Amino acid sequence: MSPAFRSNLLQIGLPVILALGLFMPDWAIFLGIISLAKGLVVLGLMLLWRTGLVSFGQGLFYGAGAYMVGILPQYLPITDALLLVLISAVAAGFLAFALGFLLRRYREIFFAMLCLAFSMIFFGILVKSESLGSTDGFNVVETSYLGFVPEEPIVMQRMLYITAAVVAWFACLFVNRYLGSTMGRLSRAIKDNELRVEYLGFSAKRAVHFKIVIAGTMAGAGGALAAIAIGHVDPEMVWWIQSGEFVFVTILSGVGNVIAPLLGSVVFEILRTFAIEYAPQAWQFVVGGCLLAVIMFLPGGLWSLIERSKEGKDDGNSSR
Amino acid sequence: MTAILRAESLYKSFGAVNAADNINITIDEGEVIGVIGANGAGKTTFVNMVTGYLAPTSGKLFFYDRDITGFNPKDATEIGICRSFQIPQLFSSGTTFDNLMIAMGIAEEGTMPFWKPLATDERAKRCEEILARYEILEYRDQIAQTLSQGVRKLLDIAMASVHNPKMLMLDEPTSGVTAAEKFSIMDIVVTALKQQDVTILFVEHDMEIISRYATRVLAFYDGRIIADAKPEDALADEQVRQFVIGETVHAPVAG
Repeated sequence: MSPAFRSNLLQIGLPVILALGLFMPDWAIFLGIISLAKGLVVLGLMLLWRTGLVSFGQGLFYGAGAYMVGILPQYLPITDALLLVLISAVAAGFLAFALGFLLRRYREIFFAMLCLAFSMIFFGILVKSESLGSTDGFNVVETSYLGFVPEEPIVMQRMLYITAAVVAWFACLFVNRYLGSTMGRLSRAIKDNELRVEYLGFSAKRAVHFKIVIAGTMAGAGGALAAIAIGHVDPEMVWWIQSGEFVFVTILSGVGNVIAPLLGSVVFEILRTFAIEYAPQAWQFVVGGCLLAVIMFLPGGLWSLIERSKEGKDDGNSSR
Repeated sequence: MTAILRAESLYKSFGAVNAADNINITIDEGEVIGVIGANGAGKTTFVNMVTGYLAPTSGKLFFYDRDITGFNPKDATEIGICRSFQIPQLFSSGTTFDNLMIAMGIAEEGTMPFWKPLATDERAKRCEEILARYEILEYRDQIAQTLSQGVRKLLDIAMASVHNPKMLMLDEPTSGVTAAEKFSIMDIVVTALKQQDVTILFVEHDMEIISRYATRVLAFYDGRIIADAKPEDALADEQVRQFVIGETVHAPVAG
C-alpha cells in the first residue's frame, strides 16, 4: 500500500465514510456511535500493541472517561457534548500519566496484569462507593451541542454521531502523524531491542509512558462518547470483560493502519448485534468462533485483507 | 592533550569474581585504544561501566572532568559516549535503512520527538551517505535479521556513530567475521570515524588488528590492567605474552 494512498484514505476517504454514516437508518446510528467510541480505545491499544504491550485493563480509562461525563455536570454547568468528551479525555489522560510511572517499568505479561490490577481496583472502588452509584451506576444528564439542545432523541443521536466522528477522525490524524515521527517509529524498535534504544540516547520507558498517556486519553474520549450515547454509566464499563473485549477487537482489527481499529470496531459491533439477534443463547460461541478464524486465517487482522487486495492492484510495487 | 576519560580506583565484583580490580587509567582525546585480554579478563566489564550498563562497585569515572559514575546508558550516550556491541544490537525486524534512520532521528530530534516526521528526504539522503561511507548501501532495504555478520557489525557501529560521540567504544568489532573481512571492516570504521574526530576504544582479540590500528594498548588480566603502552611494547611485554597472547592467539605475533 503506497504512502500516498494511505494519506488519501485517511484525509479524504475516512471523513467521507464517516459522513456517509449520518445517512444510516435510525437503529444503526447508536451502533455507529458505540463503534467509534470503542474504536478510539482500540486505536490506543494498537499503539501499545505495536510496542509489544497488551493492556488487559484499558476499561479503566474507558470507564474513567465515562464517569467523568456522569459526574462533571453535577458540579459544573457543562452540558456541551464535545466539551465533556474533551475534558473526560484529558482527565483519563492524567490518570494514565500518573499510573504510567509504574506501568512503564513493566513489559509483556507483567504489563498486561498490572493494567488489569489497576482496572479492578478502580472497579472495586466504584462498586463500593455509594456516592458513585455503586453497582447501579447513574444516569448521564442531557447534553447540548454548541448550545443547541435537540428535542427529538434521533436528532440528538445524529448530533452525537457527528461529535464522535469528528473526535475519531482527529484521533486518527494525530496517531497517524505520531506513528511517522521518531517516537512513533520507536514502537517496533522498542519491541525489537530496548537496550539499543537506550544506547541511541532515548529512554524507552519515556516512550512507553507517552504511549500509555495517548492510549489512556483516547480511551477516556471513547468512554465519554459511549456514556453520552447510552445515557448511563455503571462499573461494568471498567470490568475486565470490557477490557478483554477491547483486546479482542484489536486482534480482529489488526494494527497495520490507524483506520483498522475503527473498521474492526464497526465489524465487531455488527457481528455481536447480529449474533445476539439470531443466536441469543450462543452469541459468544459465534463471536469466539470468528476470533478463532481471524487468528488462524488472518493473523494480521481484518486490515490485512484490505492491504492484500491493494497490494495485488499495485502489482507488487508498493512500499510499506 | 586533554583527558577525555579517567577511571579512578574502579572496582567491580560479581560475587567472588573481581571483574575490575583497581583500574586507574586516563585516556586522552584522539587516541585509538586497543583493549586486549583473555575471555573473562574484564574488558567488556570496563566498557559496560563506562557506557552506563553496569555501575562500578566502587571507584569513580570522569568524562572531561565530569563525574559520570552511575550514569545510565541513555545519559552516557547523551554526553557523547557511544558504543557498539560484540553481538550487534539492531532492530531486527527493520531494514538497514530503518535502523539507521531511527538512530538519526533520536540523535537529531530532541527529547519529545512525537510530531515531526522521521522520514524526510533530507535525512534519508544523509542516511544513505552514511550507509555509503560504511559501504553497506547495497543492503539498504534488507531486513536486519537477514544481514551477514560483517554487515551487522558495520551497521551497529554506524548507528552508534550518528549521535556525534566524543568517544566510541567498540566491543570486538571484528569478532565472528571471516579473516578476510576483518581488515576491511576496521579500515572502513577507522576511516569513517576519523572524519568525526572521535576517540576510539576497541576490544580486540586479533593482535594483527591491534598492532595495525591501535595507538595505545591496554592489556587486561583478571580484572587488572597488566600493560599500558604502545602496541609494539605492549605486545612484547612478558606478562602480556604469557597471560594474553599465549592463551588466545594461535598465530605467530607480528613484529
